[in-house]
Amino acid sequence: MVSRAKRLVRGGICALALAPLMHALAAAPAAENSGGWGLLNMPEGVTSVSREIHDIHMVVFWICVWIGVLVFGVMFYSMFAHRKSRGHKPATFHESTTVELVWTIIPALILIVMAFPATRTLKELYDTSEADLDIKVTGYQWKWRYDYLGTDVGYMSELATTQASVYGQAPKTQFYLEEVTEPVVIPVGKKVRFLITGADVIHSWWVPELGVKRDAIPGFVNETWALAKEPGIYRGRCAELCGKDHAFMPIVVNAVPEEEFNTWLAAKQADAAALRELTEKTFTLEELMAKGDEVYGRSCASCHGASGEGIPGAFPALKGSAIAQGPVADHLDIVVNGKPGTAMQAFGAQLSEVDLAAVITYERNAWGNKTEDNIVQPADVFQFKQER
Amino acid sequence: MAHGPAKGIRRWLFATNHKDIGTMYLWFSFTMFLLGGFFAMVVRAELFEPGMQIVRPEFFNQMTTMHGLIMVFGAIMPVFVGLANWMIPMMIGAPDMALPRMNNLSFWILPFGFTLLASTLFMEGGAPNFGWTFYAPLSTTYAPPTVNFFIFGIHIIGASSIMGSINIIATILNLRAPGMTLMKMPLFAWTWLITAFLLIAVMPVLAGAVTMMLMDINFGTSFFDAAGGGDPVLFQHIFWFFGHPEVYIIIIPAFGVISAIIPTFSRKPLFGYSSMVYATAAIAFLSFIVWAHHMFTVGMPIAGELYFMYATLLIAVPTGVKVFNWVSTMFRGAITFETPMLFAIAFVVLFTLGGFTGVMLAIAPADIQYHDSYFVVAHFHYVMVAGALFSSTAAVYYWLPKWCGRMYNETMGKVHFWVSFIGFNITFFPQHFLGLAGMPRRYADYSLQFADWNMVSSIGAFIYGASQLLFLYNVIATIVAGRKVSDPKIWEGAEGLEWTLPTPAPYHTFSTPPAVK
Ligand code: HEC
Ligand SMILES: [Cu+2]
Repeated sequence: MVSRAKRLVRGGICALALAPLMHALAAAPAAENSGGWGLLNMPEGVTSVSREIHDIHMVVFWICVWIGVLVFGVMFYSMFAHRKSRGHKPATFHESTTVELVWTIIPALILIVMAFPATRTLKELYDTSEADLDIKVTGYQWKWRYDYLGTDVGYMSELATTQASVYGQAPKTQFYLEEVTEPVVIPVGKKVRFLITGADVIHSWWVPELGVKRDAIPGFVNETWALAKEPGIYRGRCAELCGKDHAFMPIVVNAVPEEEFNTWLAAKQADAAALRELTEKTFTLEELMAKGDEVYGRSCASCHGASGEGIPGAFPALKGSAIAQGPVADHLDIVVNGKPGTAMQAFGAQLSEVDLAAVITYERNAWGNKTEDNIVQPADVFQFKQER
Repeated sequence: MAHGPAKGIRRWLFATNHKDIGTMYLWFSFTMFLLGGFFAMVVRAELFEPGMQIVRPEFFNQMTTMHGLIMVFGAIMPVFVGLANWMIPMMIGAPDMALPRMNNLSFWILPFGFTLLASTLFMEGGAPNFGWTFYAPLSTTYAPPTVNFFIFGIHIIGASSIMGSINIIATILNLRAPGMTLMKMPLFAWTWLITAFLLIAVMPVLAGAVTMMLMDINFGTSFFDAAGGGDPVLFQHIFWFFGHPEVYIIIIPAFGVISAIIPTFSRKPLFGYSSMVYATAAIAFLSFIVWAHHMFTVGMPIAGELYFMYATLLIAVPTGVKVFNWVSTMFRGAITFETPMLFAIAFVVLFTLGGFTGVMLAIAPADIQYHDSYFVVAHFHYVMVAGALFSSTAAVYYWLPKWCGRMYNETMGKVHFWVSFIGFNITFFPQHFLGLAGMPRRYADYSLQFADWNMVSSIGAFIYGASQLLFLYNVIATIVAGRKVSDPKIWEGAEGLEWTLPTPAPYHTFSTPPAVK
């Protein structure tokens, strides 16, 4: 009897020794962004919400570890001590209401303890009132649009990594699949409210370091918020499966000091005004083709293929397409207004008049396409939009 | 014995014998397991390193989708129906299933359902690519044209499940041997009885969801289309009202299997039988009222979030009771470690790990970070693979000698176990890290900081995948040329009516009901 008790104690000590070991393991890779092997845990992030989430995560994690150590401790002890090969004779007990009650009630109490901080954090996370700045975030197949409400600043933010790099024809650089054409810029220390919606399918806007993930759902506007405490570049991703290029629509948030933000916003406003002027200019075919090639590669090639070949059964080829070689009005119509009920989006609100003119002109002349009206000017696009 | 099996193909086509139908279910499910596993290998091969090397993103999405659909509906659900067919009549002293012809039908429509589903791989537009959860509008407005085949495939699979469930309920409620009261039934019968009710309750909901999709796609309705006044989030509510009970449909029969194996190899009766029954029923009930914990990021009102968080946390209580009971069964037993026991022990450990991450996921604010990341992928593979699959593997090793009167090769079984166990953990443990570090699920490609653990995970997957071929070989070798055994009680510690029957189990058993005291 004595020796059994001794053995039990020894087994228990062994099991308990495991937990601190795991503590040490988890603490070891403190250098977080060292990448690769060191990336083991959730980032603490730079907002109060993200930090609270991190804390709850760690508390629940350690509770689980300790329960695991106890349960598995008993189990491994039995596996070791109560083996038939060691001549152990089986006991016959098989029920005990008291024990059942104990292990119903204690876990329930532990769960209640966990629920308190969780409720508090959730309330904070849901408090979107009194924001200093509103940014509308729209998920498109496969890019994001940011509109600074109350200003006329709004732009698309798309993957900047090249297809060549994805398909191994060019090297992968440090921010492979984490770089965008233009990041969303927010001021540090200000409460920014994000109004999140989707233009086609459901996406999800996730920036771990801001502690924000919210679905971008067509027909709904979801609200969430973040107050970045430190300047920096925070990278996130689309988290809801949204079709082919789900993995290729990253998010980059640039949190800058307030003055820098104001300067940036003013410059963007000026850009918007300048772009309106460009709309009046008449371009040459060469200019439009050069610009169009760039816009096509960025906005259209993912579906219609790098050389207009499309994907059979899903996305039509534009090479030899009747619309691309037919009347300009039809071509403008499908690009500006899209085709409801298909993956072909309305690009009218996504691209500037200049970009639209360029990409349409490009499609009418590239890959051997031939048609009479082969040039479309920004002014034509502008007029087309007005007529609607 | 009145007569033996029919000859040739007629034996299988017109099968009404529960053992034959059980066998067909098991082989069907293993075939689907290999197919779904092959898709997983494609996925892991593509994710071996950053960049697209093997497939294109659109095909990658087809692979993840088909992997999920085939594994859930084709491998795991049928394997337990197969085990139920074989074992429930033998465990409760019944001559056969209550509705043998329906049994035949419910099996034979399955291959058609899955052929319909898999044939889309060869069609224009490709197979379903919207994930096994097929959220609208990606699965409606934006779906490939083959989505209609998917919808009818789901209908057929659902009909099969419902028929199978009716049959199991009718068998258990009507054909128990005299004296076998409900509270004397083996736990496997209990868990299946509860599962069957879950299935009957939620398969029609799934059928409703896909029918609404069918209407939206082909007949101009707008159930899920915001532009027409519909609601994409409604889809998720309906789907998860089915989907959450579905995960318990998958795991509850596994509880039954484990509750048979652990006592046998501990040579000690199951601890807390009645609390096991109540816990199972409690889990089944709770599974109906927690569905929106899969939707913590859709923007529900905070009251909804809180409710679903609290309700979900509750599930940990009866689940904990089960684990504690299994451990107490082992405690002070006389344990041996044959292959079924090894898988059962691994089940308890790994399923509990999956349960822990489940509790973490239930914490709504933390789920904001976990949701749709690899952390979730790790979590559900711990409960699905190490839970459902390990337990069905354990079940096959446990009962195979009874079924065919031949012993499997124990050494090979142990090798299979260790390679599976190690391969499984190499595959899925690092996925916790990936998810916490920010890698979303269903990504065809990823940024460089995720490269190391992804490569480890892929290597593990290849190991785990390869080890299943060993299993296949071991099973076939046993059936064809295994060492003959004839002791009714294959395992020293086994209890129950099935072990009173001769080995191998004759074609017809319990034509006269046994007496149960
Ligand atoms: C998300 C995928 C996607 C993207 C990105 C996309 N398209 Fe399309 N596009 C489609 C689909 C799908 C159709 C077919 C619509 C239908 O069913 O008629 C289409 C049709 C077209 C057509 C008509 C082709 C024909 O012959 O019927 C043109 C022209 C076109 N797109 C131009 C563009 C331009 C210009 C861009 C970039 C600014 C672009 N598309 C980006 C998916 C896309
Ligand atoms: Cu997306």
